Amino acid sequence: MVELHWYIWLSLGVFIIGLTGFLTRRNLIVVFMSIELMLNAVNINLVAMSHYMQDMRGQMLTLFVIAVAAAEAAIGLAILIALFRTKAAGHVDEATELKG
Amino acid sequence: MKYYVLIPFLPLLGFIINIIFGRSIIKNRAHWIAVPLVGLSMVFGLLTVMDVISGTVINEDLYTWVVSGDFKVSVGFLIDQLTAVMLVVVTVVSFLVHLYSIGYMHGDPGYYRFFAYLNLFTFSMLMLIMSNNFLQLYFGWEAVGLCSYLLIGYWYEKKSASQAGKKAFIVNRFGDFGFGLGVILVFLTFGTLHYHQVFENVSQIAGRTIVLLGYEFDLATIIALLLFCGAIGKSAQIPLHVWLPDAMEGPTPVSALIHAATMVTAGVFMVARCAPLFNLSETAMTVVAVTGGITALFAATIGLVQNDIKRIIAYSTISQLGYMFLACGVGAYGAGIFHLYTHAFFKALLFLGAGSVMHAMAGELDIWKMGGLKNKLRITYITMLLASLSISGIPGFAGFFSKDEILYQTYLKGDLGKVLWFMGTLTALLTAFYSFRIIAVAFHGRFRGSHEQEHHLHESPPVMTIPLILLAIGAVVTGWIGIPPVIGEAIGLEHSAWFYEFLAPVVGHPHAEGSHPAEIFVMTLSIIAGIGGIGLAFYLYSGNAERADALVKRPVLKKIHTVLWNKYYVDEFYGLVIVRPVLWVAKTVVEAVTDIGIIEAVVNGVPRAIGRLSERLRVIQTGLVSHYALWMAGAMFLIIAFLVAK
Repeated sequence: MVELHWYIWLSLGVFIIGLTGFLTRRNLIVVFMSIELMLNAVNINLVAMSHYMQDMRGQMLTLFVIAVAAAEAAIGLAILIALFRTKAAGHVDEATELKG
Repeated sequence: MKYYVLIPFLPLLGFIINIIFGRSIIKNRAHWIAVPLVGLSMVFGLLTVMDVISGTVINEDLYTWVVSGDFKVSVGFLIDQLTAVMLVVVTVVSFLVHLYSIGYMHGDPGYYRFFAYLNLFTFSMLMLIMSNNFLQLYFGWEAVGLCSYLLIGYWYEKKSASQAGKKAFIVNRFGDFGFGLGVILVFLTFGTLHYHQVFENVSQIAGRTIVLLGYEFDLATIIALLLFCGAIGKSAQIPLHVWLPDAMEGPTPVSALIHAATMVTAGVFMVARCAPLFNLSETAMTVVAVTGGITALFAATIGLVQNDIKRIIAYSTISQLGYMFLACGVGAYGAGIFHLYTHAFFKALLFLGAGSVMHAMAGELDIWKMGGLKNKLRITYITMLLASLSISGIPGFAGFFSKDEILYQTYLKGDLGKVLWFMGTLTALLTAFYSFRIIAVAFHGRFRGSHEQEHHLHESPPVMTIPLILLAIGAVVTGWIGIPPVIGEAIGLEHSAWFYEFLAPVVGHPHAEGSHPAEIFVMTLSIIAGIGGIGLAFYLYSGNAERADALVKRPVLKKIHTVLWNKYYVDEFYGLVIVRPVLWVAKTVVEAVTDIGIIEAVVNGVPRAIGRLSERLRVIQTGLVSHYALWMAGAMFLIIAFLVAK
């Protein structure tokens, strides 16, 4: 039996990896992957807690998160294609037209 | 049948149609809307007058307008004998002026706007005279003022016209302030604004006093004088007469309708309507009579020397309005209203005749540039001549009967009456003089205008001359319903003074006891004054007016002439005492302190502060997604840290 705190450590680790990637990488695809990592860290946390507390609501919520992640990936890829078309590159720091 | 309701609302309908569709669809066909509707209103008006003559008096509330606690006001109509007289004047003159305007305003770029305003004026004036309470009277009072402003400044591209409009509006504000206070005081005293409720209980306030600013005043006097303030402004009496001559900047039909026949007589109408109130106060009556008498003489003297044809007639209007107030002030309301009624016809005719002359002379106003017009403008000349004979008080014409009754009633009113009567008779002489000065200078002699003007001279089209002819008939015959008994008996007429009997249920009879010798004495003197004035005008201004020129060269007369020419410097006096101090306060106090110091400081300061703040904040907005994400993560961290620490 793996104890609960291992799951939380794992979740935290995955989240920090995702966050670091999100903040530091310039490639839009990598940024999206980092976001997926963060979402899945949350999922791990939710499932572990749900099992620990014997409450199915946590696992329900996980299904929602997966659905949102799928939608987010679809929109994100659309943005990515639009960015490729206009800038011919997938780097986030090139899209700065909206700054004040 | 409530068809009387249509009388005011048909012109309102015309206004609504023309103001909405005039610019885009109706354009130069605006008269097809405006004139028939006013004509229809006139037909209903005259039918209603027939009913009143046969004895029906209508007093009905149609719609509850304002309810607030004890304060209840309805839109309602009171059509009694006094309203009937006004209905004849307003609807008939209004219709004829509308008709005349088709020709006079032909081709004007604002044609539809002119007819829309004229319709609105007719509506407002009818609401004023048909009202059965003070608030509706006040509504009509202000609405005709608005229309007057709009129509004086009708040619708003002209600086002088737009300024004259403002002047009329602002000067009237002074009078209307008092009038408004008067209406409020009526409500506070009687608890109602309905005419019949107020006038039924009016005897209760006799002898009651009111404390104002620590002094005790007679309540009836205060109410009457406050109401009279409004009349002074609207009817251009001293000291608020200055706006009327300037109002001549408006188109001539407007001068004829608003500034001669109807709106300016609203003051007289109001005083007659409130006769039960005024009768309670000897002081107020004296003020009314003296104001009227002085104004009559004062304006007539200015009219003697002016050269602008419309301004001469405008001063004449002020002077004649003075007569009407003189009559009201001596208790002869019937005579005042009778003069209002005859004056409406001959004065509207004088203005429309002047308009016809201007039409022929390409807008020329200076009578010295005219001359000899009688051969070219035959109809205009004959009708103007009839109007001038009428205003001069030549026996048989309308003006004679009304003016004579006023002078006679004034003569009977004690010592003050004798003085006022003398001033009135002198005014009659001056009236005849300045009226026939126009005839002698503009219509007789030889032409003094430019060659082009002479070539262009022509009689106006029938649409303009027909109203002139109809008004000329009015200027002759309207007086025949009020022939003084002394003449009526001589020519074997019974009930010759029918008009005064007709009005008596509303305004009563004057109390003074008269005698036939006195009446004949007054009448003879006024006829001599009229004929003398006419003779003097022709004597001085025949040929090339050498005699008048010689007269003015004498030192004393030259000084008087200068004073009269400058209208007693009243405008200059107001400019110095009121306009300049007000402008000074506006510039130094209101503009510098309130406007710039407070309002502008706040209004401009708030956005400037926000602008400065955002200039600092915009540095954060780099446009780099990872920076934003960092901000987000940092904020999240702080929030979590805060929650954990708590």
